[in-house]
Amino acid sequence: MKYAILIYIDEKAPTGTPAEREAIHGEYMALSEAAGKAGILVGGEPLEDSDTATTVRVRDGKRTTTDGPFAETKEVLGGFFLLDVPSIDEALDFAAKLPAARYGSVEVRAIADM
Amino acid sequence: MIDRLFRSESARAVATLARIFGDLQRAEDAVQEAYIEALEAWPAHGVPRDPAAWIVRTARNRAIDALRREKTGAAKHDLLARLERVAPMEPYMDDGPHVDDRLAMLFACAHPALAPETRVALTLRYVAGLTTEEIAAAFLLPLATLAQRLVRAKKKIARAGIPFDVPSPSRMPERLPDVLAVVYLIFNEGYRATRTSGLVRPGLCADALHLARTLERLLPGEPELLGLYALMLFHDARRGTRLTDDGAAAPLEEQDRERWDAVAIAQGRAALAEATRHRRAGPYQLQAAIAQAHAIAASWDATDWPAIRAAYDALYALEPTPVIALNRAVASAFCGGYEAAMREIDVLLAGPLADYAPALVARADLLRRAGAYADARRDFERVLPAIATDAERRLIERRIAECAAGA
Repeated sequence: MKYAILIYIDEKAPTGTPAEREAIHGEYMALSEAAGKAGILVGGEPLEDSDTATTVRVRDGKRTTTDGPFAETKEVLGGFFLLDVPSIDEALDFAAKLPAARYGSVEVRAIADM
Repeated sequence: MIDRLFRSESARAVATLARIFGDLQRAEDAVQEAYIEALEAWPAHGVPRDPAAWIVRTARNRAIDALRREKTGAAKHDLLARLERVAPMEPYMDDGPHVDDRLAMLFACAHPALAPETRVALTLRYVAGLTTEEIAAAFLLPLATLAQRLVRAKKKIARAGIPFDVPSPSRMPERLPDVLAVVYLIFNEGYRATRTSGLVRPGLCADALHLARTLERLLPGEPELLGLYALMLFHDARRGTRLTDDGAAAPLEEQDRERWDAVAIAQGRAALAEATRHRRAGPYQLQAAIAQAHAIAASWDATDWPAIRAAYDALYALEPTPVIALNRAVASAFCGGYEAAMREIDVLLAGPLADYAPALVARADLLRRAGAYADARRDFERVLPAIATDAERRLIERRIAECAAGA
């Protein structure tokens, strides 16, 4: 089954020293590489800060764009992985290893079978 | 006749098919179709030699029909391929594949991706075999609420890919506690009810004990499982003596030990002895050791408090929670460490257990035993409005009267 691993972080939280940021970046790289080697990584990217987001809505055929994310929440989507694994257990294992699981939240959602 | 036989055999069929489908609803629907077929076939051709195998085979065929009728989806072909592979169902042996299927079902129902109350409802429905009506009644929930919860849970299991699998040995240590917690929650729900006003739900206690025995056949010798089984047996042995004739909670020291269930206590002792042989201590074994010390004491005065205190020490080392610290302090007080115990309880009451009624009750009771009736009475009166059950309230009221008479 395919799963989206959605990483939510508080962008306003202190980011730590450059060395700490470097260490976390290294963790993501290592996890991503290991998932790639295991053949379970379909994709994954970090996102730019949510204040650079643009939200689009079309109502009655009229397009409006809004500067900012669709909802103002403390924790915002900061990146994602797409995995292909046998069950939710492996997806949860991967999610628990992500650095953001320690200081943010990681949501695991199955990809719908259409 | 068909109805009863079908019901007892269909739980196994649902477990087997759910494992194939990864989808409980689909499994239930297929088994339901097989039931309709059985109503015609069994009276006409006789009950099959192996009813469960017949149900699985028939349900499987109905499921293939249903899948073929559905339109699209890669998952459909996946599922059809899996169903075709199970074509020649082996007849069930007593310890055959269905044992694994039931265990797989239990681990799916107790999966950590589900909410705890959902795990309990699913386990009662699909492992213990209770009806939705029976579960709703046991938890005092409207039938529609419980039914909705089960529907939502089945959807999540299917869509989120919660596996119907017995965890691998490497994953078992992290998964088994969730299963044991579900069993203990079911037991506690029944046990607590016997202490609330007039509501006796011993059925849930029996269900939990039955689940533990089933698990024990599937995972023989697992120390924490044996510990949990022993713990529940020791509690269950005292079930009949926990209320006085007028419905007040009966303190342990006033319970008629002659009326404790000696068979259950003996079974509990055997289970705990078997558990501790493995020398892998855990929270359930330690709690069972504490319950055992009470269960085997000839009288309240003969209680082995140092053993209880030691078990609480070990338990606190594993799970350093304030509630365990409180119970340990009470055990210390009975070991002659009254002053230190009171100091510790005061620290807990000033901090993490500030709103915790049992902590205030424990303090008041120690004061009463020490003869500090005025202080005890003040504490009992303070805690009274926070007591939830009639039975407990009556005991506290009695204590207040006793303190008033003693002071």
